[in-house]
Amino acid sequence: MTDGVRTATQPGAGSPEVATHCPYCALQCAMTLRHSAAGIEVLPRQFPTNRGGLCQKGWTAAELLDHPDRLTTPLLRDRPGGELRPASWDEALDRIAAGIRTVQAGHGRDAVAVFGGGGLTNEKAYALGKFARVALRTRHIDYNGRWCMSSAAAAGLRSFGVDRGLPFPLADLGRADTLLLVGANPAETMPPLMRHLADQRRRGGRLIVVDPRLTATARQADLHLQPLPGTDLAVANALLHIALTEGWVDREYVAARTTGFDDVRRTVAGYWPAEVERLSGVPVADLEATARALGTAGSAVILTARGAEQHAKGVDTVSAFVNLALALGLPGRPGSGYGCLTGQGNGQGGREHGQKADQLPGYRRIDDPAARTHVAGVWGVDPDELPGPGVPAYQLLESLGTADGPKALLVFGSNPVVSAPRAAHVESRLRDLDLLVVADFLLSETAALADVVLPVAQWAEEDGTMTNLEGRVLRRRALREPPPGVRTDLAVLAALAHRLQAGAPSYRLSHSRGPLLTPAAGFPTDPREVFEELRRASAGGPADYAGVTWDRIDGAEGVFWPCPDVDGPDSPRLFADSFPTPDGRARFHPVTHRPAAEQVCADYPLHFTTGRVLAQYQSGSQTRRVAALRRAAPDAFVELHPDLADRLGVADGEQVRVVSRRGELCAAARLSPGIRPDTVFAPFHWPGAARANSVTNDAVDPVSGMPEFKICAVRVEKR
Amino acid sequence: MTERIVIVGYGMAGCRLAAELHARPGDRKVTVLGAEPHRAYNRIMLSTLLAGKITEPDVELAEVAGHGVDVRTGVPVTGIDRTARELHTGTGELIGYDHLVLATGSRAVVPPLPGLDPLPERVVPFRTLDDCRRILAAARGARSALVLGGGLLGLEAARGLAARGLDVTVVHPTGWLMERQLDPAAGAVLAGTLAGLGVRTELAVPAAGVVADTDGVRLDLADGRRLDADLLVLSCGVRPDTALAAAAGLTVERGVLVDDRMRTGDRRISAIGDCAQHDGTLTGLVAPAWAQARVVADVLTGGDPLARYRPRPVVTRLKAAGIDLAAMGDAAGEPVPADGPVEELTFADPARGTYARLRIRDQRLTGAILLGDNPTVGTVVQLFDRGARVPADRRSLLLGRAVGTVPASPAASPALMPDAATVCQCNDVSKGALVACWRSGARTVDELSTATRAGTGCGGCRDALAGIADWLAEADPVATGADRPAAAEPVPAR
Repeated sequence: MTDGVRTATQPGAGSPEVATHCPYCALQCAMTLRHSAAGIEVLPRQFPTNRGGLCQKGWTAAELLDHPDRLTTPLLRDRPGGELRPASWDEALDRIAAGIRTVQAGHGRDAVAVFGGGGLTNEKAYALGKFARVALRTRHIDYNGRWCMSSAAAAGLRSFGVDRGLPFPLADLGRADTLLLVGANPAETMPPLMRHLADQRRRGGRLIVVDPRLTATARQADLHLQPLPGTDLAVANALLHIALTEGWVDREYVAARTTGFDDVRRTVAGYWPAEVERLSGVPVADLEATARALGTAGSAVILTARGAEQHAKGVDTVSAFVNLALALGLPGRPGSGYGCLTGQGNGQGGREHGQKADQLPGYRRIDDPAARTHVAGVWGVDPDELPGPGVPAYQLLESLGTADGPKALLVFGSNPVVSAPRAAHVESRLRDLDLLVVADFLLSETAALADVVLPVAQWAEEDGTMTNLEGRVLRRRALREPPPGVRTDLAVLAALAHRLQAGAPSYRLSHSRGPLLTPAAGFPTDPREVFEELRRASAGGPADYAGVTWDRIDGAEGVFWPCPDVDGPDSPRLFADSFPTPDGRARFHPVTHRPAAEQVCADYPLHFTTGRVLAQYQSGSQTRRVAALRRAAPDAFVELHPDLADRLGVADGEQVRVVSRRGELCAAARLSPGIRPDTVFAPFHWPGAARANSVTNDAVDPVSGMPEFKICAVRVEKR
Repeated sequence: MTERIVIVGYGMAGCRLAAELHARPGDRKVTVLGAEPHRAYNRIMLSTLLAGKITEPDVELAEVAGHGVDVRTGVPVTGIDRTARELHTGTGELIGYDHLVLATGSRAVVPPLPGLDPLPERVVPFRTLDDCRRILAAARGARSALVLGGGLLGLEAARGLAARGLDVTVVHPTGWLMERQLDPAAGAVLAGTLAGLGVRTELAVPAAGVVADTDGVRLDLADGRRLDADLLVLSCGVRPDTALAAAAGLTVERGVLVDDRMRTGDRRISAIGDCAQHDGTLTGLVAPAWAQARVVADVLTGGDPLARYRPRPVVTRLKAAGIDLAAMGDAAGEPVPADGPVEELTFADPARGTYARLRIRDQRLTGAILLGDNPTVGTVVQLFDRGARVPADRRSLLLGRAVGTVPASPAASPALMPDAATVCQCNDVSKGALVACWRSGARTVDELSTATRAGTGCGGCRDALAGIADWLAEADPVATGADRPAAAEPVPAR
């Protein structure tokens, strides 16, 4: 227990208060939830990550628990184009099971797909992956974290042999002499993190921010590099070029702890600063100052986030910064390293336990025979019957309802109608499905399209674990039971599995060599039981949770994976002695700049980029319903430079239209001298006419499947 | 049959073409023949090598070998038989081709001065890696060096040698340095900057002759003066290496003539890089050579048969420790009067080595010289490159990012802040809300924070909160007078 706050391990145990964590981003700020006369109260809690801080989203998180828009009964649509009407759970679940059976009988198992979310607890993410592979036996499962962490994950895996967002505790940031943030805006996306940056600055450390906009974070920087969107990779290569020419490369480290440097050295030889200045617009002097600050610091940290990663070359861009970090000898050195800032609440854990198309629990590859055997053993099925890898999120959504694509989709914890790239196209794919099922606690824009909507519990009504941006496994604790009519996601999966197995003999696993699955054994509804199974399934994998128990988390400030033994240590800091690669060395990867998938031209002469505002979260379906947050950030906007506005004849506040080849968004112009005059920005939290993702490009990274959210070509028109 | 592509020359252009071909799908055999014995290197880094900051392996370029690409160094080509489509090599081989690409580069010009034929040991041009090795060998134990030629390359060499601790003098025949890129004022500021770095300049004086022996070298100037040093570096321009092309009967002016697809008059032969002359222009720079390599690769592999080379405007960038110079377009000369009104922006602070001159016509930059600490250089280069419109506020082109940006810090005096001003971004708390909170009894930063949640997010506004609390403590008794409830008596702010 922490801070002397009593904890509830059973939902609705009647505790007046519980120690838990915020439902929103990956910082997972510690908070106390308490019943009070006025309702449910949120209090910030001291913890090494948020240090007692909360942003407005956290403070107001409990307002959705008893919100009038809360769903408390399943909804059904009787015919396409008809209205959603209330229904009983039995009717809704029967309808789903029947729909799945019909679709699979007609089109095969892969005709049913599952789409998860990076906000689901580890237990739910694990159960969802298992449900897809064992109950539905479809290869098609992926999740919205594909649009968040996949580029950094792929780059981390190929260089370090492991993907943990931060391979060190967050507090290490406070001790870095130089901190380079690339495409990260924590002052708005995870404000309490700035407390660590304030520490860093107080100690005399330098903060350098790379962002095409003068963001709230960039305003606090000692140096702000403002590159053209899509040129971060070249900037990183130029920084390494300078580090080489100035003798700041840690040759000893490179020789002892890495492989492949020579190819990278020869590649970055072609990225001399003047050429990259011309490409990116970042002055040579600033490139040099940045390289110097990193190369001559006693300790330095390089962090990337979505600004660098959400590109069709996101993996290579992250690799370019990893190369820089490795060449400077940072990873594994105390107070130094490379990391990425995870976005969603369980963006880390959500990608480790089987929601990803190509993965099994414990961050195992689904095409690895040994991994299949291990996990199939835990699941009590024949390894040969586990499906193979599916396809990445966008490819999956794009194929929905097409001749070869899935005809039914089950969505948990995601709202792709707002969050997917080229969203109007994705919306049309969803409309072409035979069956769309959405489990949510509010009628999100995606739920509004569904044939069946299932009302599920909120964070304060369930127990479980979350893995934060540091790879620290945390406990989420229930304050109360879900309202009448509402079930947990685990209960939904169990009930569906029961129906699928009982009602359709052809889907019994009786022909397999493993034991017959029963819902109680295969899909428990108690999250602690699920976690115990997750521990066994992850044992021996890269993300090894075998030694993590709920009690152990309760007794400490979380547990860092990998943690293979209950009695052994956990792993706050990785790479001190070696990297989890076959030869124990980190691997350099030579990467070269390539242009964005879509270039500006006479018809679409401006670069468009997207991002967040402080008072809204993700697709906004939750935060747009909180009055205080709506007051703080009521509407979408289009940020543009006054010179550009002047040229377009647009005044501040005037409605403008941003048009790309894929669609348009309409919102008020917000003039800001802090953005490049050749670039416009819009936040992506709003649906309908203001939906930024109507405009974004669905080109994806060839390695990670990450869409190119952060750059496309547009024109701006007055409305 | 597999197409045979032979590239003559393994410098930056030839090496890049091999890589471009390698990266494209298709079945072909690429042979690269380099006359120099070593692998391709980055010429741009030679002055850094000269300065002693890096070693030879650091200037190597990424090399493609294996799988359809055969790189052969130390193989000079002595002739082209266009009828037989064969190359003759200095090693007596015959190598057949289906398509030939000349990337023979250029050679340093040795001026026709008495005493330079043959070239004495202590006199070295600055062009190749071998030149660099010879300069470094001669510089060992040397205390002074002369550089003949105050163009870009000469100044980089001078800076590199000065960084090694040598006493360096640049001799330049024209009245100011880099006269093709700079105006006289910029040249003067640059000379001042160089002086501060230990590089002297002798301007407006041609050289008359060289006398060298094993102990040193003497440069005789046209005005009768004599300069002595341990080493003389020649940087008097380059000349495209076109001998092979000319001997084969291809059309050669200053360089080998090529069309937009980099083809010579023989449709089976292309030329790229320093040896090629496109649209009357020799480039002598790496970026255009690489763009040309891309065009040839696109055309030869059928990836984009319509690919055309479109030259980008030249931006000259001198970047050596302590010097930051960018020059582009027509800023060095007088504006052409015919073409409508011209705006000129200038800024000069010679004492601090800063100079800027920008020329604007029809809302577009037509030229710029930026020397010293100019924060806008990245913006200016991109505006020039794309022919984009310049900002309405021209000052921002000189002063950069500071212009028009609002400082993040709260207003100096809370009294001047409007009530609606946001003090705490994380929790959206306005000054008005804090004042209201004070009026209902909160008296300390912690009390204000607890009541409004201000300062509970990133914590960055705690100082601003303290400022407002102090201000209220002073202002409030006057503002609200005696009708304030007793419970709200001011207490000192923490």
